[in-house]
Amino acid sequence: MDKKTVIKVDNLSKQYRLGNIGTGTISHDINRFFAKIRGKADPFLKIGETNDRTKKGNSDFVWALKDISFEIQEGEILGIIGKNGAGKSTLLKILSKVTGPTTGSIKAKGRIASLLEVGTGFHPELTGRENVFLNGAILGMTKFEIKSKLDEIVDFAGIERYLDTPVKRYSSGMMVRLGFAVAAHLEPEILVVDEVLAVGDADFQKKAIGKMQDVSKSGRTVLFVSHNMSSIKSLCNRGLVLNNGMVDFEGEINESIAHYLSFSKNTSTVEKIVANGIEIANLSVIAGKNNIISSGGDCTFHFELKNTTLLDYKNIRVVYDILNEKGIHLFRLINQNDTDVLSIQENGKIYVSCTIPHLPLNEGTYFLSLRVKHGNTFLVNKDNILSFSVNTADYFGIGKVDKHSGSVLIKSSWRYND
Amino acid sequence: MKEMEKDDAWDIVIEPKSNLLTLNLKEVWRYRDLLLLFVRRDFVAEYKQTILGPIWYLIQPIFTAFTYFFILNKMGGIPTDGIPPMLFYMSGLTVWNYFSTSLTKTSDTFLANAPTFGKVYFSRLIVPLSVITSNLIKLALQFGLLIFFIAYFHFQNNNYSFNWHWQLIFLPIPIILMAGLSLGLGLIVTSLTTKYRDLKFALTFGVQLLMYGSAVIISLNNTPEKFKSILQWNPIANVVELFRAILLANHPIEWQGVIYSTVFLLVMLLIGIVIFNKTEKTFMDTV
Repeated sequence: MDKKTVIKVDNLSKQYRLGNIGTGTISHDINRFFAKIRGKADPFLKIGETNDRTKKGNSDFVWALKDISFEIQEGEILGIIGKNGAGKSTLLKILSKVTGPTTGSIKAKGRIASLLEVGTGFHPELTGRENVFLNGAILGMTKFEIKSKLDEIVDFAGIERYLDTPVKRYSSGMMVRLGFAVAAHLEPEILVVDEVLAVGDADFQKKAIGKMQDVSKSGRTVLFVSHNMSSIKSLCNRGLVLNNGMVDFEGEINESIAHYLSFSKNTSTVEKIVANGIEIANLSVIAGKNNIISSGGDCTFHFELKNTTLLDYKNIRVVYDILNEKGIHLFRLINQNDTDVLSIQENGKIYVSCTIPHLPLNEGTYFLSLRVKHGNTFLVNKDNILSFSVNTADYFGIGKVDKHSGSVLIKSSWRYND
Repeated sequence: MKEMEKDDAWDIVIEPKSNLLTLNLKEVWRYRDLLLLFVRRDFVAEYKQTILGPIWYLIQPIFTAFTYFFILNKMGGIPTDGIPPMLFYMSGLTVWNYFSTSLTKTSDTFLANAPTFGKVYFSRLIVPLSVITSNLIKLALQFGLLIFFIAYFHFQNNNYSFNWHWQLIFLPIPIILMAGLSLGLGLIVTSLTTKYRDLKFALTFGVQLLMYGSAVIISLNNTPEKFKSILQWNPIANVVELFRAILLANHPIEWQGVIYSTVFLLVMLLIGIVIFNKTEKTFMDTV
């Protein structure tokens, strides 16, 4: 079926100025003005670097987004994924017309409603009812539309008793529920949602995700930003991965999540982590035979632990979490499940290795999170610190395991009695 | 395939530059409910948890007028154009207050609403328009008070009597002029303050000083000739004088001044809309 393109983003870029806006501003403005009347390009647009937070740049200007192009079809739920500072929020801001792009364009069919925050414009002195009307109108509904949906909204938010109480007396959860309820009853062709689901209890989150799925089933388009891979996964059907203001990957949602989890950590060795008086070096995944990690083979996680303090650390806990490429936590390995206690003396060095015999993982890419704990404090707490690939093998002794048999392979015995 | 796509099929086009002169009244109209809700919010929220509520709107001009009456008229001996001093000051203050509160609040459009503007798009012009509208309610209350004072002086004071005359139908003109002037100037100031906060201080200070040159407490006729020729170029002073001339008939309406103020208004409004349009797209980055 040929689907209609509803949003077309073309070479979109956004430049931000770093540092303070102050004394330099007037002179920049004057420079710009003279460049303009002489028919030259803006002198400050040229300089600018990619938005890598971690490195110190030379210029005062950065590109929060650079030459972003993509298209969205009608009825798609696009999950926008990326690290902090990758440009997700900037992209949403431009889409919701809160700020304009520096260059490039966005073209869209239909109304765009954005939900970058719930309860925008709520006035604490006004009652819940008054705020529903105010917030609805800010989001672009008419008074008539709101009136006809008021009962539904109140019902969805579950705050009927408090409807005529000023919202300053509401709990924060009630405020969020009311705000989301209003937004959920918008009927735009395109809905732009930032991480608003991070608030509210589990019950409400479920309700909210259900509501957004309904929205897309009715043929409308949703753009959704979240750091929560499981809500992205359950909601979206396509993904857009941003990195340093550029499109890194675009495609099917599971592939996008896998790509997001793997980029920048596609090495199977982490050279050094220095934290809280300890040093971890050469964290790596080592295969048993022929140096290939495969289903059913042995697999060892190994690192060197150095104590750089003058204290003795007794009973250090090491925890590995294994995640699959969809970001789902499969299982945990804890050194306390074993008998020996790991202690390290001042300035000591110990090789820590953990072996899984007969690795019960199917073909695919997996991620390792490492936590090192002493007492109640984390010495190291790193999510998805490295990834490793597992190759297919004859795990069950009945031929190669099918890729679609799930991430974890478990042997089972069956009995058939008459 | 490519050729089949029609470019004009897009409903929304987001681009770096927009046409600076588009007022987009269609969009303003689409958000008309929001305008009314903002007016209501301003009115309801301002006096919540006060005992006197909107009566404060009436207390303010009475006390201010009385202060001027006592200091300028009684002690300073400055004449009031043959009108009872209280009426003179109160009539001036009624239109002046409308202008000054509208201007100071519209000038705060971007700064005060940055949290909302940063999260959702709606026609930005709605906010300044709601300000001049909600101030109309205050104006109406204060105008009612003025009528009450006129009636009081008419029946109690032998030196003054109010005359009905056909020129009273012009009464909306000074109000519209004040609305337009405060909107135009407010749009300019608010757009510039997103980058240069200095203007915010200059404005509060400037508005205070401007009152003395706006015929609010000393009429143009009682100003020495030397200053009068300067003050005549103040569009606000012309409007204040117009309001008095219509309502209290202390002197004939000077249409020249009215035309000047109107032209001034149109120029300011034009400039205001241009800078406002230029600012609204990117002010979130500089505010």
